[in-house]
Amino acid sequence: MADQTTHGVGGLTFDARKRAWPNEMNVFIALIVIILIFEALGAMMMGQSFLFDSNDRFGTIFNEARLKIIILQVAIIGIIAIGSTQVIISGGIDLSPGSIVGLTAMVAMSFAQTALVNGNPNPKAIFSETWMDLPVIIPILVALIIGMLAGMTNGLLIAYTRIPPFIATLGMMVAARGAAKWWSKGNPISFPTDQFASIGNGMNGWAPVLIFVGLAVLFHLILKHTVYGKHTYAIGSNEDAARMSGIKVARHKVLVYTIAGMLAGLSAIVLASKNLTAQAGMGVMYELDAIAMTVIGGISLAGGRGSLIGTVLGALIFGVIISGFTFLRLDAYYQEMVKGFIIVAAVVLDQWRQRRAITR
Amino acid sequence: MSDIILETRDLTKHYGGVHALQGANFILRKGEHVAIMGDNGAGKSTFVRQITGVEQRTRGEVIFDGKPVHFESPMDAREAGIETVFQTLALADELDVPDNLFLGRELVRFNLGPFSILDYKAMRERTMQALEKTGVKIPNIRNTIRNMSGGQRQCVAIARTATFHSKLTIMDEPTAALGVQETAQVENIVRTLKAAGEPLILISHNMRQVFDLVDRVVVFRRGRICANLDIKNQEFSGEDVVAYITGAKTQPEYEDAA
Ligand SMILES: Nc1ncnc2c1ncn2[C@@H]1O[C@H](COP(=O)(O)OP(=O)(O)O)[C@@H](O)[C@H]1O
Ligand SMILES: [Mg+2]
Repeated sequence: MADQTTHGVGGLTFDARKRAWPNEMNVFIALIVIILIFEALGAMMMGQSFLFDSNDRFGTIFNEARLKIIILQVAIIGIIAIGSTQVIISGGIDLSPGSIVGLTAMVAMSFAQTALVNGNPNPKAIFSETWMDLPVIIPILVALIIGMLAGMTNGLLIAYTRIPPFIATLGMMVAARGAAKWWSKGNPISFPTDQFASIGNGMNGWAPVLIFVGLAVLFHLILKHTVYGKHTYAIGSNEDAARMSGIKVARHKVLVYTIAGMLAGLSAIVLASKNLTAQAGMGVMYELDAIAMTVIGGISLAGGRGSLIGTVLGALIFGVIISGFTFLRLDAYYQEMVKGFIIVAAVVLDQWRQRRAITR
Repeated sequence: MSDIILETRDLTKHYGGVHALQGANFILRKGEHVAIMGDNGAGKSTFVRQITGVEQRTRGEVIFDGKPVHFESPMDAREAGIETVFQTLALADELDVPDNLFLGRELVRFNLGPFSILDYKAMRERTMQALEKTGVKIPNIRNTIRNMSGGQRQCVAIARTATFHSKLTIMDEPTAALGVQETAQVENIVRTLKAAGEPLILISHNMRQVFDLVDRVVVFRRGRICANLDIKNQEFSGEDVVAYITGAKTQPEYEDAA
């Protein structure tokens, strides 16, 4: 027996096929099941297909209009969810991005206004004419910087004053919403330059989707293949171990929340541009929808587990449910109740998975 | 060049009113394996934490490899060549074996600051080497730590120390929670270190293990060193060591410690 332990290096294999069944597969199956449920309900209640082209209106097998609605619906909040995913994997939570969207949209739109609307001066002008018709890069930079500053403030509070993330970002949620209302005394800001308008409306309206997918791919690679990603998982998994291993935990957290803030700023640009206007109330509850997408996508609220693939699938489930209810002409009340149920179910499922992993 | 790898002089740590470590004078020579024994709460882990930069000492000196050192963090100690298996294993449950071995000092392909690209292939290869070097058996290194047994976790933590060339290895109760076979595996790793001439500080409650493995036993009692027993060259029995641990005996040169 002693011999066995002395010389054995057997079983030292790297077998890529032997990896555990990825949780993303479960989320994907859930997505398919939910679609099938809506297909069945559609056939029974409406006499038509949910996602497929049942009346030959599109010349393709899919109902393109509905697919586009689903994907567009989740793209803007999905950009926020990319940030929430990183925050939650690092073991934190961020309640502020919805308000950051409101504030950023207001300020960025102020730098994106055009001087002349149909030959008349811009009725919603915030700044004097020298500050109008600026190159589109200016409002974009403004939005990114505001988002990053707000996120960095969250991160600094959480990392250095040891305020729980829930409280720190709750403070930011309230404060940023206040700042958004203060910015133009509650007035909406409208009439952006054509260039700015094209961000959210370009490419036949698909631009937001492209931005979302591009960012999702980029951050997926960052999370899986860079030191930043590895440390984000490590901190969420075991913060003490991360610290003992020499990871600069506080600095890393600041970076994570700064990136989340930046993504909220990006989301604000797309939203304001798509709507051609900014209002102080923009983005209310977006943070909760973003958290819901991540939770549905299998990101563990305990930290350390999940991936952006999960979040993207979670976002799709989210979008499918919303447009599924619209498709069945069910009241929005049901929508919200079912949304709430699914969020809770996803968390319960995650905790059940955790317990099973421990006792196994 | 002296043959002393680690020396502490008057090393002391107070937690408020708790005098967890008092005036520890300790010497470890190159290639030497020393066990630290003592009751729970005797200050053994505290001693380790002062040497490895996990905490900052109240007073005293630590001389490592001929130079006085003040490690700000465990990373500093690591960079200087001290590898430690802490009593509470510093492992990230959701990460796999190579990730844990290289946590905080990842191998990268392109250096882009925090966004440096990881070199997974190189880390896997060096992980296999480290596991082979230590004779550790782990069915699949891509498994997350969460799915491993206590012994496997301990082995990963120990293999981590073997991955990097170190001048000193410290293990704090590495077999306390392990079964017979797993303990044997850890003990084999210790023997490999001995054969390679790498010095070791082993904290253990296991008398048989200590007599099997090490050259010398240092006993801690209520925050002080109370005995230094050269078990290789002098006749000491397990009962002698127990007597020092419990306080029935104290070596003359440590009288003031009693
Ligand atoms: N962080 C701390 N704060 C206060 N007291 C501590 C702390 N760490 C250890 N102690 C105390 O110091 C003493 C020595 O503890 P420790 O070094 O862990 O003992 P050992 O490892 O020998 O079992 C104990 O009385 C313990 O309660
Ligand atoms: Mg201890």
